[in-house]
Amino acid sequence: MSSLNNFDREETMKRILLSLGLIATLLSTFACERKGGPGAGGQTGPIVVGYYGDLTGRTSNFGQSTKRGVEMAADEINKAGGINGRQITILSEDDEGRPEKAATVVTKLINQDRVVALLGEVASGNTLAAAPKAQAANVPMISPSSTNPAVTQVGDYISRVCFIDPFQGDVMAKFAANTLKAKKAAIMLDFNSPYSRGLTEFFEASFKKLGGEIVDKQSYTQGDRDYKGQLTAIRSKNPDVIYVPGYYGEVGVIAKQAKQLDIKAPLLGGDGWDSTQLWDLGGDSLNGDYISNHYSVDDPSPAIQKFVADYKARNGEVPDALAALGYDAMKVLADAIKRAGTTEGPQLKDAINATKDFVGVTGTISLDKDRNAVKPAVVLKLQNRKYIYQETIYPEGMTPPSGAPTAPSPATSTASPAAASPSPTAKSAASPASSPAKAASPASSPAKAASPAASTKPASTPN
Amino acid sequence: MDTFVQQLINGLTVGAIYALIALGYTMVYGILRLINFAHGDIYMVGAFVGYFLAFQLGFATGPSLLGLSVVLVASMIAAALVGMAIERFAYRPLRKYARMTTLIAAIGVSLLIENLFVARLGAAPRAFPQLLSEKSYTLFGNAAISKSQILIFAVSVALMLLLQWVIFKTKVGTAMRAVSFNLNSAKLMGINTDFIISFTFALGSALAAAGGVLTAQYNPQIDPLMGILTGLKAFVAAVLGGIGNIPGAVLGGLLIGIAETFVVGYGQNVGIPSTFRDAVAFAILILVLLVRPSGLLGSTVQEKV
Repeated sequence: MSSLNNFDREETMKRILLSLGLIATLLSTFACERKGGPGAGGQTGPIVVGYYGDLTGRTSNFGQSTKRGVEMAADEINKAGGINGRQITILSEDDEGRPEKAATVVTKLINQDRVVALLGEVASGNTLAAAPKAQAANVPMISPSSTNPAVTQVGDYISRVCFIDPFQGDVMAKFAANTLKAKKAAIMLDFNSPYSRGLTEFFEASFKKLGGEIVDKQSYTQGDRDYKGQLTAIRSKNPDVIYVPGYYGEVGVIAKQAKQLDIKAPLLGGDGWDSTQLWDLGGDSLNGDYISNHYSVDDPSPAIQKFVADYKARNGEVPDALAALGYDAMKVLADAIKRAGTTEGPQLKDAINATKDFVGVTGTISLDKDRNAVKPAVVLKLQNRKYIYQETIYPEGMTPPSGAPTAPSPATSTASPAAASPSPTAKSAASPASSPAKAASPASSPAKAASPAASTKPASTPN
Repeated sequence: MDTFVQQLINGLTVGAIYALIALGYTMVYGILRLINFAHGDIYMVGAFVGYFLAFQLGFATGPSLLGLSVVLVASMIAAALVGMAIERFAYRPLRKYARMTTLIAAIGVSLLIENLFVARLGAAPRAFPQLLSEKSYTLFGNAAISKSQILIFAVSVALMLLLQWVIFKTKVGTAMRAVSFNLNSAKLMGINTDFIISFTFALGSALAAAGGVLTAQYNPQIDPLMGILTGLKAFVAAVLGGIGNIPGAVLGGLLIGIAETFVVGYGQNVGIPSTFRDAVAFAILILVLLVRPSGLLGSTVQEKV
């Protein structure tokens, strides 16, 4: 008996020693890797830029699209000789769409890979988790598409190349009240998402200001499997429109279940809808719904069409808005590095924050004092797996206080197909044309299928 | 009134799925006194098998009743095999040890399946192809019922009746009941208990897979972690009805489904936000365990303490 115990002990000792040895080997490998790692913050050699996004999680279409846009921009810059003679290297990390993971991978990119700047994330909740790490390490971070206002409030190292939720919520409220002539709106929000809550807040405020009424507000959480309870409650209030500021995965199903419940009011959404998977989930149920977005692939401007064609050639699919924003974020960063002449955090951050009238695919980008891009938004109608351009809405209320001589007139020429017309004209031109079509659309589905042709033509012919 | 009927239909739809899954929990518990925590993942496996079959066999291109039936039956068979394999390789070798060992093994199997799927397929939700044309019928004025809901009701009722027939009218069912009374005595009577246990796992897993494919018709979003919460709720349903009791599982499933939907639909009027839907099932679980641990139709209630 005792000998057996001894044998056991010996065996255990052997195992402990063996595992210690293994750990030591592993540690030494890591140490080597780190020493030889790229970047190292120098002023020569490749410029290492960190990208983080959801590459495998619930919103992975977002992360993948953005990554493709970022990489395409970096390749273009590298082919043209790099920035001040230095090539760009993109290091990508997957945060699986989880805020805590986003903070971890960003810490890794900063400390281990020594990136000079960070690009990411799409979902505001994830950017908010990662931003404090970048701020603390003095590494500039540009978010391509996080629209929640709180993101850039983290600090002066955090900026973005997209508009923010107060504007996006406002755009949809205006479209609903002015163009669709909606009086009663219901809201269905993603309860745990800062993006969705932000949009809800601003839509609600604007819609009420425009004389509308919010008749019901329901919430769901990501990963819910059934939305009929909420939709039935909404249906009983008979709204003219239903605002669903969520992400594509849930929205596709919500649209489908809404149609199953015979809900005829159109659903309205934001840029979170924009993904090809939306159509796989929602299919024809999405026809007649509207979203606000950063740009329209149908925009005839040569810059946009060249981008769309290049992206298609490279990736075999039409770029969504997130790809375009990823592309713009990388280009804005490159422009700032060129102007700063260095990749040192403090100087680079100042150069990024001073970005003015940068002509990107998603419009002319100027950062305001809160490091948010001041840009117009487009409203698109969903029809048969396509986004049909409806109108462009400009940040009227926002431009004067920001003091930048930016948005309206220069932005018009790049972002809006309605070339020379200033914002109010473009808007009023679109609204009478589409309102009769709207009056017909909620009536029945065949009428709905027929109406978009009528409603979109007048809006898009001025191009 | 319309809204009430509509919410009832919504609740019953969700509940029918819970009931299908709860049956598997309850049958396995009845026979082995084991809570098979991997059961929720079998539901997910069923949905994924259906997904891949639909694409492989070319049914994903358009809705067809044939495609749906083939996919449904094939994924039930596949899940039955997976269920039997889990029993054979994870639970049977542990059967001679304390019951807790098997329970922990069940949790391990559950994590294994989930993470294998995440590793192989990614956690991103996929869109299940539409195998049933979309159409809604109107009942009682304004209450709409969609084809996929009718399908869920029809298939679940049919499967439950079939199960009832298997358990009470067939030889194998009689053996199952014997094993659930006393495994050792059944063995002494010459019943091949290993086979019966295996059969029970197959039966339960097939029902869960049917639940997976049916849900995917109703809500086309499937992902490798979809079985966790649904599985837990189905487990609560089984406990609510009285674990080990087959009609109880069905009753429990329907009640949980209705309770959830009503919280979403009416909770706001009394100050309960709709996001409390998931909390409801577990609140019910705690209440049941406190007030009536044997469940609504539980059989051990006669044992007065």
